[in-house]
Amino acid sequence: MPRVIVEVMPKPGILDPQGKAVLGAMPRLGFGGVVDVRQGKRFELELAEEVTEDQLAQVRQVAEALLSNPVIEDYTVRVEAS
Amino acid sequence: MVTFPGSLDDGDARRAVGLAGAEAVALWHGDHDLRGVDAVILPGGFSYGDYLRSGAIARFAPVMAEVVAAARGGMPVLGICNGFQVLCESHLLPGALIRNHHRKFVCRDQRLKIENASTSWTHDYVTGEEVTLVLKNGEGAYVADLATLDRLEGEGLVVARYLGDDPNGSMRAIAGITTERGNVVGLMPHPEHAVDSLCGPGTGGLPFFTSVLQSLAASAPAASAGTPPPQGPPPLQGHSSGRELVL
Repeated sequence: MPRVIVEVMPKPGILDPQGKAVLGAMPRLGFGGVVDVRQGKRFELELAEEVTEDQLAQVRQVAEALLSNPVIEDYTVRVEAS
Repeated sequence: MVTFPGSLDDGDARRAVGLAGAEAVALWHGDHDLRGVDAVILPGGFSYGDYLRSGAIARFAPVMAEVVAAARGGMPVLGICNGFQVLCESHLLPGALIRNHHRKFVCRDQRLKIENASTSWTHDYVTGEEVTLVLKNGEGAYVADLATLDRLEGEGLVVARYLGDDPNGSMRAIAGITTERGNVVGLMPHPEHAVDSLCGPGTGGLPFFTSVLQSLAASAPAASAGTPPPQGPPPLQGHSSGRELVL
């Protein structure tokens, strides 16, 4: 089944408290060398049929309108090779 | 008063509306009907589990199509806390609200400065007035790009600002904003929890609810020409405008 991946990340410059919490936990686990963590979201959209340009355009619309908030987040859309 | 699945403060806000002298009308998130109300309040709490982002799913609730259209037509709309998040997600207000910078839920009495006392919801304050409301949020940090922040400041669209220690990381200590017309206001603190000194930090929140009555009465077509505007303190119980004001 064709799958489209939408990844949403906080924009550069927007504080990411979740990433900061993860970063803060790493030294406590003895895991060093990491200077920053940004946490985002990954959506896997299973499509019923082959991915067409039309459908990709629709996915971008959904990514823009629902899956991300363009004020604070950037998104990428890609088709996952089956 | 819209109730979403997860709304917590609709009951308190309905009570505040009643104390201000208006009739509160319960609206359901799944309805395509505002039932003839004169103003809308989106209450605090949560909505649809706030999955994805706070307010992101509520924005697409059937009732929100009506609220957005009414707001664009000039109807007074107040979004409190989660309601503020819904208004931002709906693009009725610019910017967004993200997790508090200290990553903890904050719940405290919060001093604020009213920066704009000319909106539909803040007429009964004086610009520069300090009030204490209840602040309780996990995602209350107001963020926007620099151009938007400068525009909000330049056009006087910041309605309220936090005083004292930064409670949640909001840019420029913004606690509430409005639109150019002043009919739509988003506010992170909860005025509905400060309307009764028995169970809140005083009555500093009540003017949000009386203000909208004044602004609706002032704009009511039923008001006869030549009648002077009402003077003195806002009515706290009942009203005599001859036009039923319902929220």
